[in-house]
Amino acid sequence: MAGIWVFAEHKEKKIKRVVFEILSEAKKIAVSKGEPLCAVLFGYGIKDLSPELAAYGAEKIFVVDDEILDSYSNESYSAVLADLARNYQPSIILGGATAMGKDFLPRVAAKLDTGIASDCVSFSVDEDGRVTFRRPVYAGKALIDVYCDGMPQMATIRPNVLDLAEPDSSRKSEIIEWQVSQDARKIRARIKETIKGASSRPDLTEARIIVSGGRAMKSADNFKILYDLADLLGAAVGASRAAVDSGYASHDMQVGQTGKTVTPNLYIACGISGAIQHLAGMRTSKCIVAINKDPEAPIFKIADYGIVGDLFKIVPLLTEELKKILKEQ
Amino acid sequence: MNIIVCMKQVPDTETRIKLKPDFSGIETEGIKYIINPYDEFAIEEALRIKERFGQGQVTIITLGPQRATEALRTGLAMGADEAIHINDPFFEGCDQYLTAKALGRAIKNIPYDLILCGRQAIDDDSAQVYAYIAEFLNLPYVSFVIKLEISQDRKSLIAHRVIEGGAFEVVESPLPAIISATKGLNEPRYASLPGIMKAKKKEIKNLTASDLGFAEDESGSGGSKIKIKKYYYPPQRKPGRIIEGEPEDAVRELVRLLREEAKII
Ligand SMILES: Cc1cc2nc3c(=O)[nH]c(=O)nc-3n(C[C@H](O)[C@H](O)[C@H](O)COP(=O)(O)OP(=O)(O)OC[C@H]3O[C@@H](n4cnc5c(N)ncnc54)[C@H](O)[C@@H]3O)c2cc1C
Ligand SMILES: Nc1ncnc2c1ncn2[C@@H]1O[C@H](COP(=O)(O)O)[C@@H](O)[C@H]1O
Repeated sequence: MAGIWVFAEHKEKKIKRVVFEILSEAKKIAVSKGEPLCAVLFGYGIKDLSPELAAYGAEKIFVVDDEILDSYSNESYSAVLADLARNYQPSIILGGATAMGKDFLPRVAAKLDTGIASDCVSFSVDEDGRVTFRRPVYAGKALIDVYCDGMPQMATIRPNVLDLAEPDSSRKSEIIEWQVSQDARKIRARIKETIKGASSRPDLTEARIIVSGGRAMKSADNFKILYDLADLLGAAVGASRAAVDSGYASHDMQVGQTGKTVTPNLYIACGISGAIQHLAGMRTSKCIVAINKDPEAPIFKIADYGIVGDLFKIVPLLTEELKKILKEQ
Repeated sequence: MNIIVCMKQVPDTETRIKLKPDFSGIETEGIKYIINPYDEFAIEEALRIKERFGQGQVTIITLGPQRATEALRTGLAMGADEAIHINDPFFEGCDQYLTAKALGRAIKNIPYDLILCGRQAIDDDSAQVYAYIAEFLNLPYVSFVIKLEISQDRKSLIAHRVIEGGAFEVVESPLPAIISATKGLNEPRYASLPGIMKAKKKEIKNLTASDLGFAEDESGSGGSKIKIKKYYYPPQRKPGRIIEGEPEDAVRELVRLLREEAKII
């Protein structure tokens, strides 16, 4: 059993940043265990993506280039990855905790009769040479260290929590091509169509900056001031459940225990009180800014910087000030 | 239409988690338990499908300790027809793999066209039990579903699956299949008073590990694949500061701090 595998998810042939984050961290494990770091690349017409994976340290790249993998399906993707793993016997398989990774990697674990640690924030080799994965539970109110008592050891890794290494484009990697088996072509649940999101803003779970609005926004139209600020910063826009349930923002924008868990570098909470369920989803943001007219609002207890005041005044001022600064740069 | 809903009892979202002194787990004393919020969407959807077709049976199933019967009673009060409780000390400390194995074995013995789950249990936050069940029962599944339609002939479904960036995948699958529900699928109903009265009289079917074919010398935690070493508290955030002054000055100072101190912008 050897090899540390990272599933190289890409969207429209652009490799996701989380893949590079995992490769960067997994490189350390590969070195300490003396095993090769490998990337696994699925899709159709994707061979050009290999050099980037090599630059982040992948020594071998398993490429499965087949029309059937052009459209995602948890059945075909899990069958092909499980076939590959049975053949090459990696000791570890990692992937991003993304809509795709969370969907099909547990099925791979099931096929290989092993366990998978979900949504991990770090990993390291323990005294016994096993990998310890650290993951939040109870919506981040606690963390647990776990190991996988099965082979391969599997985990999905949360985007935006691991540091990127410097890519080195002089690195080369060995390409290993693999054919899709007949069995892996049997798909029952099929994507008929993908409906694009209304906005071109980054996804909340991957965004470096998030501007979020709460009940205080009072209407969907008022969210415009948050969109203006977000677009200036290349940020995503989030919302509290109160804002979502009042119809000011869509469901996919909800941050919190029953919404998304986010870890941006900067989270700007506007008119959000800071209920425990909301904090659960954003408390691991690197820097939190709170704008709220109530100085007693619990959000200020976890904010790095707070401004007590009317968001309808503060937010446009902030946009103007940033515009000035960004123009100078 | 026979529908099975897998539901888990979890600590209320308001719960402040306290760890045991030896960090081997959480203190359970004083915790208020609820049905996993995502599983409420699953129950609601099952009831709506049954109502739409005017026929069928909704069976709720849970694996959990004795206290989980309360969650089943609540599900019955919402309108579920039958309830199954996998209730055995054997399963104490078991992981998602073993949970799914037990649920799969229990489900295999009842007729079903559709299995509904929640997208994740808000205690372990794993989002994997349905994938294991699907593999064990050789079924297709669609996860993170925000909209679900069952075809008129009840042979297939169309599900909208939430992916990144506010986008959806429209997935078609033959039945039987598994769905995991996410917020936005529906608004769960409250149990009605007559529903609560009726639920009290309903029988809950109990299953043990040996009923499900687990050998006596196995144990739930022993048969698990993911083993917990230790619990931790999340790192505390450093106390922040309130920026005083007139709005214009405060905003200018905030931007300066974000650039020079936090180095973000
Ligand atoms: C099972 C369950 C799951 C939940 N899951 C989530 C979840 O995932 N995410 C989530 O967010 N919540 C969740 N909640 C809800 C949570 O408990 C709170 O109700 C919710 O977060 C409150 O949203 P809010 O802060 O926008 O509203 P409020 O608590 O009403 O706060 C509004 C804030 O805006 C401030 N304000 C008002 N006007 C202005 C102004 N002009 N300028 C500046 N500030 C102003 C007020 O001072 C106040 O602090 C959940 C609850 C339950 C029971
Ligand atoms: N102990 C359990 N009993 C019944 N259903 C469960 C149990 N654990 C998980 N599930 C189901 O699987 C879903 C995903 O759970 P998890 O993989 O634990 O996050 C939940 O929303 C439930 O529908």
